Amino acid sequence: MIQQDVLQVDNLKTYFHLEEGRTAKAVDDISFKISPGETVALVGESGSGKSISALSIMQLINKPGRIEGGKITLNGEEITNYNAKQMTKIRGNDIAMIFQEPMTALNPVFTIGNQITEIIRKHKKMNKQEAHQHAVDLLKLVGLSRAEEMMKEYPHQLSGGMRQRVMIAMAISCDPKLLIADEPTTALDVTIQAQILDLMKEMKERFEMALLLITHDVGVVSQYADRVMVMYGGQIVEESTVDVLLESPKHPYTQGLLASLPMVDKDVARLGTIKGTVPPAYDFPAGCRFSTRCPHVMEQCLSHNPSLSDIESEHKVRCHLYPSEVEE
Amino acid sequence: MTKQNKNIADSPILNVRNIKKYFPIKGGVFKRTIGHLKAVDDISLSINKGETLGIVGESGSGKSTLGRVILKLIDATEGSILYKDTNITSMKRNQFRPYRRNMQMVFQDPFGSLNSKMSVAELVEEPLLVQTSLSKKERQEKAIEFIEKVGLRAEDRLKYPHEFSGGQRQRISIARALITNPEFIVCDEPVSALDISIQAQVLNLMKDLQEELGLTYLFIAHDLSVVKHISDRVAVMYLGKIVEIAPTSTLFKEPAHPYTQALLASIPTLNKKKTDEPTVKLKGDIPSPANPPSGCAFRTRCPFAHERCEKETPVLATQGVQHEVACHLLDGQDDVPIATKSDPTLKKISKA
Repeated sequence: MIQQDVLQVDNLKTYFHLEEGRTAKAVDDISFKISPGETVALVGESGSGKSISALSIMQLINKPGRIEGGKITLNGEEITNYNAKQMTKIRGNDIAMIFQEPMTALNPVFTIGNQITEIIRKHKKMNKQEAHQHAVDLLKLVGLSRAEEMMKEYPHQLSGGMRQRVMIAMAISCDPKLLIADEPTTALDVTIQAQILDLMKEMKERFEMALLLITHDVGVVSQYADRVMVMYGGQIVEESTVDVLLESPKHPYTQGLLASLPMVDKDVARLGTIKGTVPPAYDFPAGCRFSTRCPHVMEQCLSHNPSLSDIESEHKVRCHLYPSEVEE
Repeated sequence: MTKQNKNIADSPILNVRNIKKYFPIKGGVFKRTIGHLKAVDDISLSINKGETLGIVGESGSGKSTLGRVILKLIDATEGSILYKDTNITSMKRNQFRPYRRNMQMVFQDPFGSLNSKMSVAELVEEPLLVQTSLSKKERQEKAIEFIEKVGLRAEDRLKYPHEFSGGQRQRISIARALITNPEFIVCDEPVSALDISIQAQVLNLMKDLQEELGLTYLFIAHDLSVVKHISDRVAVMYLGKIVEIAPTSTLFKEPAHPYTQALLASIPTLNKKKTDEPTVKLKGDIPSPANPPSGCAFRTRCPFAHERCEKETPVLATQGVQHEVACHLLDGQDDVPIATKSDPTLKKISKA
C-alpha cells in the first residue's frame, strides 16, 4: 500500500481584502505535501505568508481575509469546504497547533487543568476523572514533574518554557496526526528552546505525528527538519531536503538569506545582505516577487513570475535563472 | 578582519565599579519591603573607546537592567559609573544633560519606544532640538541624512510609526540614537525584532558607523551568534552576575564556565548534524532573581555542582589573557575534575 500523505495542499490562495479596494495576496498559490512522520519546515521572514498558510490549513482566517481557492486534503479527505462544526472536530483532533506566544494562547482566567481537560472532554469520551488523570499523565509526559499541582495553577504562574510544555501537552492530548508549530520557540531563551525542540521531536516520534514547523530560524531548521520550503511574498520560492538546501541553495533569496546569517561556528567580517525590504502583500512587483531585491534580476523577471519547477529530484526552485525543461 | 583593524584605544571610555541594582519587593498590608530582587549584583567592567562589549544572558539575567543603570535611566543602588574618569553616578539631571548627548540608547521594543503621535522626521529631529542649537533647516537636513543612513527613504519622514513594520521602526530608533553623534551607545537587543536579512543590514550598518565615527557599543543580546559577530569582548551574565568575560574568540573557542558551555551547545547551527552526539542541554528553568540559590547561582542547573557551590559564591578570577571566570571548578581547590576534561558529553565543546 502506498503511504497516504497526511496533508496535501493544492494551489492554496488566501487574500485579504483591504480598504480602498486593495488586495493583499498573503498566500498566493502554494502547494505542498507532508508525509506521515515527516518534519517539514516553512521558512520565511515576516510577511512572507508562512503563518497565514498555517492558519488557512486550520481554516482560522478571519475577515477581511478569505481563502480564495485551492484544495486542502487531510488524510485523503478533502476538508476545504468543511463547515465550522466539522472543522471544530478536526482542529485539536486531527491537526493540532502550537503558537509562538504561550501566554496569549492560554486563557489567563482558567487553570491549566481546566484548559487541558476541556480539550480532552471535547474530543474524547471521558468522564471528568478520567480526563483529569489523562491530563496529569500528559503533563508528566512533557516533563512537568509537578503535574498534579500545576493542574490547579494559572498560566501566569508558569515560566515561558513551562507554558510551552503545557501547549505541547494540549496539542498531543488527542493524538493528532499533524502538528503545526508556528514559531514555537521564538519567545524562549536559547537553553529552553533546546529543551522544547527536543521535546517536540520526542513527542513527534512517540505519537508518529507529522510536523509542520514554521520558523525564521535556519539553525532550527537544519537540526530538526527533514524537508524545507522557503517562502517569499506569499509563494514558495524553493523547496528541497534540508541538506541540499543548506549546501546548495539555488534561489537568490535563499542564498541571500543564508549569507546574512551570523553564525557561532564561522567567522565573517561582514554579513551578506539582501538590499531593500520585503514589499507589502498588497503591492507585489509585477513578474517575480523578488525582482525588486534580486542581485541577478533580468528583463524577463520584471514581466513574468517564474513557476516553481524541478531542477533536480526533490529540489524545486521558482527562478528564471534555472529554466525548466517544460516551458509554460 | 575588521576586528583587528579597529582602532581601540586603551583608555576606558566607561568604567563600572561594583554596580548593584536591587529592586524592592513589597508585600503585606502596609506594602513594606519584604525582600530585594537583585537584578544587577556587583558587576564591574570597563569598555575601551571604539570597542564593542557584548553582554549575553537569558531573560532575567539582568542584562537590560545593567544597560539602563549605566545610562542612568534608572539609579544604581550601589557602586559607581565613570564616564571618561568623571563620576556620573550621582549627577543630577541638569548636570548629566551634556553627557546624555554622548551616551545614547537603542531600545529593544520598536513599538513602545517611539511616540505614535510624532512623524518620523519629528522623532529623529527631537534629540537635536533638546541637545543642540541647530536651526530648523539644519535639523531637517540632518534628519533626512540619518533617515537615509538607516535604510529608510527620505519621503518616509512624513509618515508615522504605525505605518512601518517592526524592523523599520527599529531603524527609526537607531537614527534617533545616532543623530546627536554620540560616542557611546547601549544597544539593548537592537536586532532581535528584525528579520534575518534586515538584521544583517542593521548589523553591517552598526559596524560601518562604528568605524566611521569611532563609536563604542555596549551590545546587549540573547542571540549569541549576533553577539559574536559584532563584539570584541563578551560578558556572559547569569542571575545578575557576570560568570565569564573574555575576548570574543576566546569565549567561543574555549568557554570555561559550564553555563557558557551549555549556552553555546544549545544554539542550533547549520553545521551541527542531527546525528551528532547529544550536546549538553541544561535542565530546568532559570531560578527567579527574587530568590536566587545560595552560593553559586548556577548550581541548580549545573551538571558539576558540588558541596562548595552551595556554600560559597565564586568570584571572577583570571583564567587567561583578558579572560575571567567565576566558577569553583577552575581554581584547583576542589577535588572535582575540571568540567571540560571529565565529562564525555562536554568534550565536543572543548574541542571546538
